[in-house]
Amino acid sequence: MLQKRLIICLDVRDGRTTKGVKFQGNVDIGDPVAMAAEYYAQGVDELVFYDITASAEKRGIMIETVKAVARTVFIPFCVGGGIRSLADMNAVMLAGADKISVNSAAVRQPDIISDGACHYGSQCIVLGMDVKSDPAMPSGYGVVIDGGRVNTGLDMLAWAREAVDRGAGEIVLNSIDADGTQNGYELRATRLLGDAVSVPVVASGGAGVPEHIPQVFQKGRAEAALVASMVHSGRYTVADIKEAMAKAGIGVRGC
Amino acid sequence: MIAVVDYGAGNLTSVVNALKHLGARFRISAEAAELMAANKVIIPGVGEARQAMEFLASKSLIEPLKEFAAAGKPLLGICLGCHLLMEHSEERDTALLGLIPGRVRLFPNGEAFKVPQIGWNPVRHSGAGLFKGVPQNCSFYFANSYYIPPADSENNYPWAAGISEHSVPFAAAVNQGRIWGAQFHPEKSGKDGLRLLRNFIELED
Repeated sequence: MLQKRLIICLDVRDGRTTKGVKFQGNVDIGDPVAMAAEYYAQGVDELVFYDITASAEKRGIMIETVKAVARTVFIPFCVGGGIRSLADMNAVMLAGADKISVNSAAVRQPDIISDGACHYGSQCIVLGMDVKSDPAMPSGYGVVIDGGRVNTGLDMLAWAREAVDRGAGEIVLNSIDADGTQNGYELRATRLLGDAVSVPVVASGGAGVPEHIPQVFQKGRAEAALVASMVHSGRYTVADIKEAMAKAGIGVRGC
Repeated sequence: MIAVVDYGAGNLTSVVNALKHLGARFRISAEAAELMAANKVIIPGVGEARQAMEFLASKSLIEPLKEFAAAGKPLLGICLGCHLLMEHSEERDTALLGLIPGRVRLFPNGEAFKVPQIGWNPVRHSGAGLFKGVPQNCSFYFANSYYIPPADSENNYPWAAGISEHSVPFAAAVNQGRIWGAQFHPEKSGKDGLRLLRNFIELED
């Protein structure tokens, strides 16, 4: 039986990790490769790197980061942020990423999902989906893009189903309402989506304490949970979270 | 010298990174002569069965790979590369290399089980061969929609060297003679995956 996955997300700008990073110990907290090595040693199941580099001329730095991560950790990792074409995907995959995540670009140009799935297979194509509670939508949640600033008018479930039909192999559901609150994941949206699509759903946004992770597996319907600041801050380790999962009776990778 | 078959598989970079990390001597190649001259061959694999077989055919690699295996030289297929060792795949009804007498099927898409299978799954194994020193029921990383049934209605197949479950039992690893296949990605399965690769590297030529 497949185990539930714990995924750590790192935001990278101009080759340096940013946002809420206060890692303790002798790890260079600005270096995404050193952080990846530390989390790999701690036993995390997977990593995600989001490139939040603003300027186009600095985008090449991310490829160097991806190459260095791929030489250092021997677990799967996904790269997202700023991927707008098959050529962007190809550069990231050749550098050694296992998966590519598309978000705003996929809403603007859904063919990028089909093209990516056709070239690399569905297991490599991850749809990142930011949602906000919206009573006007059939599911109660609408899709937003550009970091939550733009409403797309798309219903969460309608867009998710279209993305799966186009070949997305996994969906990362990020709740804008829960993100940054540290009050726990948006369980209702996670359950709705998990019940609606045939592909794995990764819950994202809102985790603050280890107990939030078993909660999203039991009350939401996720195959994986993504965390960031709760580990970057040094407050919790991978072991703390996996212990909370095991205590709740959730199958977790130990060895 | 290990030859890694270059047929455009998505995980070639990852396999190469793991081999470098382990200090293995290897060469990436799509030339029949280079493959035949190698002591061992790794067939990586992320992609689609028919495209992979068409590529091998276009490079005239199918017969050399069969000869390599028949000569009793160590061969390791990973993920799609593992599927290619079998006889036939349901993925676009594709005839495979036929080195091991099994078939590849699509996972049933049930309520409780997501397809593709993506994630870490514990594997029951013999503890021998490539699994030497690998803990029992240790987890490996899988990413697949198609699987190899490890048994028929009566018997386990003798070549099912590792077994796992995802709605149905499936062969997590296959082995016949010196031919090995891993449905999972050893290059992405942490220290236990690296151990398995090291066991392959250290097999006697």
